[in-house]
Amino acid sequence: MGRGVSGIRDVAAVVERTAVEDFLYREADVLDRWRLDDWLALFDDDATYEVPATDAPDGVAGRDLFLIADTMPVLRGRVTRLKSVNAFVESPKSRTRRIVGNVRITGTAADSIDVAANFLITRIRKGVTDTYVGRYDHSLRVVGATDFRFRRRRAVLDHDALRPQGKISIIL
Amino acid sequence: MADTIITDDLSGNGALVIDNRDKGVFRVNRAAMADPAVFATERRRVFDRVWLYFGHESEVPNPGDFRTRTLAGRPLILSRGDDGEVRIFINSCPHRGAEICRETAGNGKAFHCLYHAWSFRNTGEVLDIPGEDAFGGAFDRRDFHLRHVPRMENYRGFLFICFDPDAVDLTTYLAGAGEYLDYVADQGPGGMEVIRGTQLYSARANWKLLVENSIDFYHTVPLHKTYFKFLEDIGADISGGVGGRGYDLGGGHAVVCFKAGWGRPVARWEPSWGETERTRIEALRADLVARYGERRTEMVADWDRNLMLFPNLLINDIMATVIRQVNPISHDYMEITQWALAPKGEPRQDRAGRLHAFNTFLGPGGLATPDDIEAFEGAQRGFGAWREVSWSDYSRGYFGEAGRPDSEKQSSHEIQIRAFYRRWSTLMAAGGNLPGWGGA
Repeated sequence: MGRGVSGIRDVAAVVERTAVEDFLYREADVLDRWRLDDWLALFDDDATYEVPATDAPDGVAGRDLFLIADTMPVLRGRVTRLKSVNAFVESPKSRTRRIVGNVRITGTAADSIDVAANFLITRIRKGVTDTYVGRYDHSLRVVGATDFRFRRRRAVLDHDALRPQGKISIIL
Repeated sequence: MADTIITDDLSGNGALVIDNRDKGVFRVNRAAMADPAVFATERRRVFDRVWLYFGHESEVPNPGDFRTRTLAGRPLILSRGDDGEVRIFINSCPHRGAEICRETAGNGKAFHCLYHAWSFRNTGEVLDIPGEDAFGGAFDRRDFHLRHVPRMENYRGFLFICFDPDAVDLTTYLAGAGEYLDYVADQGPGGMEVIRGTQLYSARANWKLLVENSIDFYHTVPLHKTYFKFLEDIGADISGGVGGRGYDLGGGHAVVCFKAGWGRPVARWEPSWGETERTRIEALRADLVARYGERRTEMVADWDRNLMLFPNLLINDIMATVIRQVNPISHDYMEITQWALAPKGEPRQDRAGRLHAFNTFLGPGGLATPDDIEAFEGAQRGFGAWREVSWSDYSRGYFGEAGRPDSEKQSSHEIQIRAFYRRWSTLMAAGGNLPGWGGA
């Protein structure tokens, strides 16, 4: 089973956790450097980007209200917006720093893997430091043993409320 | 020491509001946002006297359901008792003050205080007091039932509370705004419900800045140009703009009405929804006409509106229906809670479309709201200089709102914001001079 098997049927089974870690660390770095077009290239066309409401962390998009439930047209619009000087909340840009840890492969399908990880993100701007803490619940399509694309990118916050952060103006 | 809260003297002279009907000038002193003494007075003279939106009855659908939340400094419990009645209790043990409910939501027959193990039925009566026989002769357990908020009324599912036992009844309080609540409640033939998932957020600014922002046309295009660019990019027709009209509904309440380029789930079709959906939307509208007639249906279905119920409730009835409650915490910090309201039994696909539209535009993770927060948090920082730059202006359209053609007066209405501040200043004045508000 698993490691020795090649071929399309269970390509996900050959993925090493360290490869997923490298992918998530690179992604975090791309975001902290505000290279948003590079970040967008990590998504499949039918991907979603979700942040559930803090009082419904198990929320289902389309049934429950979310903080963010982007389909790709909206996510592309979000990136276009964030690159504009008229996205005032991020113009001038904040500084962000992301710590991603406790990365685990929690499931495998024929061509994709489920990944869980923890995150701690600081956003610093105008003398204010806001912190976002939570867990990632991703589904990644396996492109190669060390390369992936997001199918589902889900950030589940631990906070009771966006207080005092007030908003999610960066990518979580 | 200020003698007046409102004046028609353009110099202000210690007033918090200038309202000059001859010159058409309306200004609010920035101390109203920046001075902690004004905030302390506002708590007593505004929030302790007015009706406040607390929640929707659909949030506790079953006997035993409860939710806890804090409003205007009070910890409260929304409870549906075993008898089916909705009540709102003070979440503080009548014995020694501990929270008797420490969860945000749940279902149960009784509330148990952790401190001395007193317990209370979900209808409020004392259930058990351990060692009750040790209390003296004057002790009467009936003195220790859970305390209700002084006033509570249910307006078509919208639950309001008031901390003033002598306040007018809710319908009187709502004045012309009750009719606009009806237009929201009318949308669900089987009633309306709050959708699961709450946007709980905040802003580092005075609460009034969010209220005025929510009914302000003037900022929409300049502040949200990236959102309108997004709408254009996905093919929406926004050529009609977002102008409209503002109305003073009496009692400090106001509404802005407009017809924007997006569709309304009840019930205004837009081309991107497709022909199948068009048939369904037209049937929804026909059903409204059968129930309410054409004129009222036009108000329910065709018009977008942002309703402001004095002092702190905003209902944006647009591409989705938003209940937005503003909870002042300090002069420069507010909590905001936002729910999505929809007809009960709405088909799954339509519910999904509604939520998609809601999430894209509205809320702290949307493409618009974060820039609003950026704007009024910056204003709050600016108010640090309120002694040097003392007045914010709300004079647009003071004379012109009635006389000009609609095409020219888009975005020029500010009567809705003046209605808010007039009511606010009247309440603030009702107790005499403001203690501690000392001017410059």
